Amino acid sequence: MASLDRTARAFLLSELVAGFALTLKYMFKPKVTVNYPYEKGPLSPRFRGEHALRRYPNGEERCIACKLCEAICPAQAITIEAEPRDDGSRRTTRYDIDMTKCIYCGFCQEACPVDAIVEGPNFEFSTETREELMYNKDKLLANGDRWETLIAANLHSEAAYR
Amino acid sequence: MPKVKIDGVELEVPAGLTVLQACELAGVEIPRFCYHDRLSIAGNCRMCLVEVKPGPPKPQASCALPVADKQEIFTQTPTVQKARKGVMEFLLINHPLDCPICDQGGECDLQDQAMAYGFDRSRYHENKRAVPDKELGPLVKTSMNRCIHCTRCIRFATEVAGVEQLGATGRGESMEVTTYVEQALATELSGNLVDLCPVGALTSKPYAFEARSWELTKTESVDVLDALGSNIRIDTRGAQVMRILPRLNDDVNEEWISDKTRHALDGLRHQRLDRPYVRTKGKLVEATWDEAFAAIAARLNGLEGSKIAAIAGDQCDAESMVALKDLMASLGSPNIDCRQDGARLDGPRGSYIFNAGVRGIDQAEAILLIGTNPRTESPVLNARIRKRYVHGNVAIASIGPAEDLTYPVERLGAGPATLRELVDGRLGFFEKLKGAKHPLIVVGMGALAREDGAAVLAMARELAEKLNAVREDWNGFAVLHTAAARVGGLDLGLVPGQDGRDVAGILEGCQKKEIEAVYLLAADEIDTTKLGKAFVIYQGHHGDAGAHRADVILPGAAYTEKPGIYVNTEGRVQIGRRAGYPPGDAREDWAILRALSERLGKTLPYDTLHQVRSRLVAVNKVFAAIDQQAPAAWGTFGTPGAISDAPFKSAVPNFYMTCPISRASKTMADCMASRAHLMAAE
Repeated sequence: MASLDRTARAFLLSELVAGFALTLKYMFKPKVTVNYPYEKGPLSPRFRGEHALRRYPNGEERCIACKLCEAICPAQAITIEAEPRDDGSRRTTRYDIDMTKCIYCGFCQEACPVDAIVEGPNFEFSTETREELMYNKDKLLANGDRWETLIAANLHSEAAYR
Repeated sequence: MPKVKIDGVELEVPAGLTVLQACELAGVEIPRFCYHDRLSIAGNCRMCLVEVKPGPPKPQASCALPVADKQEIFTQTPTVQKARKGVMEFLLINHPLDCPICDQGGECDLQDQAMAYGFDRSRYHENKRAVPDKELGPLVKTSMNRCIHCTRCIRFATEVAGVEQLGATGRGESMEVTTYVEQALATELSGNLVDLCPVGALTSKPYAFEARSWELTKTESVDVLDALGSNIRIDTRGAQVMRILPRLNDDVNEEWISDKTRHALDGLRHQRLDRPYVRTKGKLVEATWDEAFAAIAARLNGLEGSKIAAIAGDQCDAESMVALKDLMASLGSPNIDCRQDGARLDGPRGSYIFNAGVRGIDQAEAILLIGTNPRTESPVLNARIRKRYVHGNVAIASIGPAEDLTYPVERLGAGPATLRELVDGRLGFFEKLKGAKHPLIVVGMGALAREDGAAVLAMARELAEKLNAVREDWNGFAVLHTAAARVGGLDLGLVPGQDGRDVAGILEGCQKKEIEAVYLLAADEIDTTKLGKAFVIYQGHHGDAGAHRADVILPGAAYTEKPGIYVNTEGRVQIGRRAGYPPGDAREDWAILRALSERLGKTLPYDTLHQVRSRLVAVNKVFAAIDQQAPAAWGTFGTPGAISDAPFKSAVPNFYMTCPISRASKTMADCMASRAHLMAAE
């Protein structure tokens, strides 16, 4: 009896029809794909993208070279060297992140006592060479300047949960 | 011995201990800030509170409470925990929350104890107090907002360093630790303040913000910048030495080290020799090892042994010195010397070591200093003598330069004539020495490194024997060296052989053209202008006097860059370990000598460090006993003879610059400038 049923379904092309029906159903539903470079999906304010070093509103860099991010980094992607600046304050002379090592876990921004190192909303930083992914302090500060508005808004919206 | 019960465990402890020390014996940890093993008890931080029965019904400071028989001590009761939490909260009221920018972060007592005993938030919403920072010289950086008034620094300066310049003004919240007058501390031990400070109020200035404690690789080693052989820990990051800290050794340096030991390390980064050089047409030109060896072989081959000489420097490890000695022997040269300053020392072992040992100072009832200024020659040893003075009932006298040694010294005279009078019993101090059960005679290089050094040595021996200071249970004859390599060199017999020349003889020979080639093993303290036209091979780590004059430079390793054995002034054999590799093409020193010997066709019979060390033991048995001080052979030494009228001079007039490393150090230059400024102000 079961074999008769299967044979009948095969001859009546029931699976084909079911497939076409599903296709037809999705034709009338709203599209989920986006036209990527021109359109982008929504991002969580907690999204962990490209790193940035932030500044205070008066232009002073936030990073105080405490090296907690360097210590916590599980991939050991961060390298910091520090010395007293001319005004006696503690500053980095070198702040490098090897983006090829980074696993985007976000521990660095959690460890930072002054919200200096953050993982911003930018995820479009692919490069043509490996060397370009060795970020130095200038690059990270430039990232911070570029994304500051968005980063500040994200931090503000998440402040209550931290 | 009183029996006490600590947290229910019964224990018998020596009488006179405090409750805190008894708890330590029992293995119970008591948190503390102001208490320190080697300082007097202050009892002002209140962190060590415990409950004691019988006693008042309140927690008591265990550091200042002596143990009594049948006492019951409770360290974990709710009352104690609450008390600790309360004290912690009070301490943190005015302590700034700047751990991220504080150099103490990661190795801070307050940080650790706040984690263990504190509360995780503050109930204090008022303003924290602000205290102006103080100026404590080029080595100690202050951040007085962080001070918790434990007064360890004040007690250290007053008791150990002997400079009564630190103190506290004001009471309660307005208490401040200060120097009263804004000036640098006039002590050679100021670096230890940084170690003592349980918070980040005093931190190291040259090391400011350079590294975190968790980034550093720690290597246990031995210091070579003075002859005491302080035990140190070398902290490195990558290839660079970041800082040097003391290591605990009660027999040698307790837990102090001098400022030179601690801060001359930036000299290791400058003026380094990182590749061989050969002098061609009057100029030093970079060369390969092969070319350098070829140049040496071309000059030495066929040269008579008596025309070759070698001088070993003040910071050489025993391995390289034995290799040098063996090489010279195979070249047939008797002209070898390790006494750059010309000290007249070559007798039995008892004649050139600090027989009593550093620990012996604690026992001595009468101390005579002959031609030495221990404060510049070995500040940590000087602190030990001061410790003896603080314990009381000791007579200290000096024949030699009049210097402030941080404790009162009866100055008997300036030169050998006074010593003669003393030996003949014509001075009052002779009776004091005679009356002492443990008399100690410290002879410095200022008395021995001179024309009549042998006669002075003979007088010192005569004095020691007259006082019965050399006997089975006590040897009060002590030579205080200034060079870390000296005792090792003498142990290995780096003194002129049959018809050999000493340093003065070698230099004279150079000028008379009787010596044609000189091998300087890191020897920079000789007068290089006297080397005449001799062919000079310099093997060392710094471009200093020796390298300047050299015809061939072989780059060697500094003490942090090679495993090496050093013998300190007490004759204690200690092992230094490698904390990093030498820069560029530079190599370990014994290996360079071994490679050169092969090139000269006189291959030395060792290929590994182990084999070299076996050779050391074969030359002198003392090298087999590491970190031990054994009684040394005594005999007749010194040559009685004419003495000059010239007063004894200190062998180390300038504490901060004594060797190629310290001369290349900017920090040491800063210290010198600061000290000169201080002297000018006085």
